[in-house]
Amino acid sequence: MAKKRTPAVAGWFTLDAERPVLLGTRCRACGTVFFPREETFCRNPACVSTAFEEVELSRRGRLWSYTNNAYQPPAPYVSPRDPYEPFAVAAVELERERMVVLGQVVDGVGIADLEVGMEMELVIDTLSVDAENEYVVWKWKPAEGA
Amino acid sequence: MSAKEVAVLGVGMHPWGKWGRNFVEYGVAAAQAALADAGVAWTDVQFIAGGETIRNGYPGYVAGASIAQALGWNGAQVTSSYGACASGSQAIAMARAQILAGLCDVALVVGADTTPKGFFAPAGSGDRTKDPDWLRFRLLGATNPVYFGLYARRRMDLYGDTERDFAQVKVKNSRSGAANPNARYRQTYTVEDVLASPMVSDPLRLLQICATSDGGAALVLTSLEYARKRAAKPVTLAAVSTVTPRFPQTIIEMPNFATDSAATLAVPDVSFKDSIARVAYEQAGLGPEDVDVAEVYDLSSALELDWYENVGLCKPGEAVKLLRDGVTSLGGKQPVNPSGGLGAFGEAIPAQAIAQVCELVWQLRGQAAGRQVEGARVGVTANQGLFGHGSSVIVKAS
Repeated sequence: MAKKRTPAVAGWFTLDAERPVLLGTRCRACGTVFFPREETFCRNPACVSTAFEEVELSRRGRLWSYTNNAYQPPAPYVSPRDPYEPFAVAAVELERERMVVLGQVVDGVGIADLEVGMEMELVIDTLSVDAENEYVVWKWKPAEGA
Repeated sequence: MSAKEVAVLGVGMHPWGKWGRNFVEYGVAAAQAALADAGVAWTDVQFIAGGETIRNGYPGYVAGASIAQALGWNGAQVTSSYGACASGSQAIAMARAQILAGLCDVALVVGADTTPKGFFAPAGSGDRTKDPDWLRFRLLGATNPVYFGLYARRRMDLYGDTERDFAQVKVKNSRSGAANPNARYRQTYTVEDVLASPMVSDPLRLLQICATSDGGAALVLTSLEYARKRAAKPVTLAAVSTVTPRFPQTIIEMPNFATDSAATLAVPDVSFKDSIARVAYEQAGLGPEDVDVAEVYDLSSALELDWYENVGLCKPGEAVKLLRDGVTSLGGKQPVNPSGGLGAFGEAIPAQAIAQVCELVWQLRGQAAGRQVEGARVGVTANQGLFGHGSSVIVKAS
């Protein structure tokens, strides 16, 4: 039986198979964009707004820096496989939002495949699995056709 | 600004290690050492400020009181502070403010920790989907070394730093740490040793990432008038900076998933890490050129290089030149981390910022046998924790 595809965190990204996006918020008063979504108080110190609208973040950006986890991180991280396999983590700079967003890098793309400045795109991929669910999260991968 | 100074009359530490005992024991040992160094009786202490530890249950949250009780209740005013890696500095700031306000003459500042083995993981139990410190482990597997690795790789790309440069920081600090009886790691390393250690978060290897340690550190702070009756030339505390970042903060910081957006607001002229020391210099009426010795937070070997720039010893991108030229080694113009740094100590969180001050006081008194910075008169510390915490302290010989 196929496992249920379940977001590992609610409301932070879409599950669109072709063009998934991160979901942030924008302050209705000052226009500042937030990710993860800010929905209570605007964090611009000169703004007292409490009204926000949802925004889709850019799907592509430039690799700001990268590293990996040669050892398995401690809980609450859950490895999707046993034995553990190292994975890369990317910091990607979104041009329009002028914001750097972290994410795991997809399987099969390691440190040797990455270079600061390369174009990366957002995908949705497996974070962990249990008996009923495939928990998914956003990840970065080198952009197609870049 | 001398009117804003207090005296550091006594300093003391419990050696760093993996002792596995109650953190209170280390705190009491450090406190008693600092009191003996100051020539002050515990019963004369009017204010005790503790740095909290979050991994030792309720006694850790009320560390000031836990250690005061162990020393024997003496009726002193008490406080406990938490500011991640800057917890110790917040305790220092509390004690200093009490003295400067004229509310007390003698204060004891103490921080101590007992740490679990391995990576720091979120404290507490259960799923906490609103806590970014829990979520970063769950969703990203973003350990602290992941953030250190991102900064290190960025230096390599921006400035051309190499893995050998990062290893050289560890080599330099291991030589100093070998002479420090309070350090946990006393062996010296070569660049080859460092580069042969296992990769943790590329490009950082095991010997370039600070361990988690047990330890304790304490200071006796007093008014200048009180100190001058007991010591001819006490070292003075000229600045304590515990500033927050300014929005938008454009460098990714633990435990965040993203930076603030700079699309609609002007980026601050001074970055967060630059501002930490800059505010301390302003308080002290001094500048980076006045610094004879620095203790900075080398959570990774590469991060020490960031600090050279953040505390103003050089311009951005020039840190490796200082390292390669020996400017920051013992015998150089501005030695950094003569204690051995976190690389030789490992991190005992609420004690660490206090331990930095202990080292500088020993340096300014000429008591740092085997690792002495000759003629040091001004010292600066810098550290940074998560959730927007950081600190810088300046001490001066008088």
